[in-house]
Amino acid sequence: MLQNFLLNILLTFVWVALTGQLDYSNFVFGYTMGFFILWMVNRSVKANTEYFYRVPKIFAFIILFFYDLLKANYEVTKDVITPNYNMKPGIVKYQMEAKTDFEITMLANMIALTPGTVVIDLSKDKRSMYIHVMYLANKEEFIRRLSNRIEKKLLEIIR
Amino acid sequence: MNDLLIMILSTLGAIFILIASFGIVKMPDFYSRLSITIKAATLGIGCILIAAVLYFSDFSVTTKALAIIFFLFITSPVAGFLISKVAYVTGTKLWDKSIMDELKDDLEEDVSNKPKKH
Repeated sequence: MLQNFLLNILLTFVWVALTGQLDYSNFVFGYTMGFFILWMVNRSVKANTEYFYRVPKIFAFIILFFYDLLKANYEVTKDVITPNYNMKPGIVKYQMEAKTDFEITMLANMIALTPGTVVIDLSKDKRSMYIHVMYLANKEEFIRRLSNRIEKKLLEIIR
Repeated sequence: MNDLLIMILSTLGAIFILIASFGIVKMPDFYSRLSITIKAATLGIGCILIAAVLYFSDFSVTTKALAIIFFLFITSPVAGFLISKVAYVTGTKLWDKSIMDELKDDLEEDVSNKPKKH
């Protein structure tokens, strides 16, 4: 995992040094090319392929997260600009799958960054989280969405 | 392509901040105000900083901007979490039309189980 990442960075720098262009597009191009070269080299080695699944997953997660962000922002914007409220706020208890402190922190950061949700408290046993949600049409649906769309994918990346 | 990205990012950042500042005035209670304003600091400033990085395309600007974004994304959710927790514990009320409050029952249970100190 780490070894592959360092090799990829090394290939990027080799590419940039050989072409001699120090701009961002060249770095990105060198990185992608190094990624595919390492993938081809390591394809047959079973223990070494984890890195190549993880990097696309990270990018997919970032795109999904920004999509969710824009959608939630649209809801909030509509409520701020139009004169009447159509929000239904409430505090929901959410059972986490995240166990360690690092995982909980990352999850809380993700929840805090999407508009309309704020983490208010953690329970004493660190099993569940109290979230203030602004658009709580259906509690079960909200919990299902949060656990399927954000938490599972986040844990896949971190663990 | 680069110019287009700069325009989109800086406009998005400005819009995020504008909407959040309207939201502070308009929202009915403390928690919804808080949940709108935390994002303005992180997302709006993040977008504008990335636009600045693309505009200058200079190494020292990039490193500074990345450091600022990194620390913003780490610190501001934590600050929001602390503020909201303190507000709840000191008894700031939710909006009248709130649907549910699952934290209230659990906190009361906690307090009644604890032996009193004085």
